Amino acid sequence: MAQLHTVNKSPFERNAFVSCLEHAKEGSGILLFEDGVYAAMNGTAVADKVKAALSGRSLYVLGPDVKARGLSEDNVIDGVKVVDYEGFVDLVTEYDKVQSWL
Amino acid sequence: MKLAVMVNEGPYQHQSADSALQFVRAALSKGHEIFRVFFYHDGVNNSTRFPVPPQDDRNIVDSWSKLAAEHNIDLVVCIAAAQRRGILDADEAKRQGKDGNNIAPGFRISGLGQLIEAGIQADRLVVFGD
Repeated sequence: MAQLHTVNKSPFERNAFVSCLEHAKEGSGILLFEDGVYAAMNGTAVADKVKAALSGRSLYVLGPDVKARGLSEDNVIDGVKVVDYEGFVDLVTEYDKVQSWL
Repeated sequence: MKLAVMVNEGPYQHQSADSALQFVRAALSKGHEIFRVFFYHDGVNNSTRFPVPPQDDRNIVDSWSKLAAEHNIDLVVCIAAAQRRGILDADEAKRQGKDGNNIAPGFRISGLGQLIEAGIQADRLVVFGD
């Protein structure tokens, strides 16, 4: 039973993202949105953790929230898929359950 | 698919009220049913009809009310969280001896049972908040 985890806080503000990575099972998905998008960018202190998580789990980032912060989708870590709000809805329906890390 | 949404953060606080609105709009545009939106904790502040944001800013409360009217969405506010924060409908204002009410159109005040029911009846429950 595959679960979708959503993270909306920056990994530099709270440890929700790192906790999420430690709990998310293989086959699960992690969607980064709001300030959570900072975790999806290249060159940060958590980038290596994100790259390691990509084996066995799928990571997604909400494109509109990347742009709203003046960040570029070109700078999103390779393998992290950029989705829009409709893509967010699709992920919610494709996975069996949704766990929001607040 | 039947989706339920919970909002735990007030409008203009961070981004969750906006995110929840965008999510609900996208879900509706894709043909999904929104079974209920439940407002809890500071999320109940989405339901007062008195905010007057600057004219060039979005009006989050009005957006909820319009969405509810256009798509017949059940917007439910937790009564205990609402009473702590001064959110009252006409019945509650009378019962509590207050001189007015402030609930926005399309919202109704009820209890946590409505959240549990949404969790049971909907296929997915998505939580937005702080």
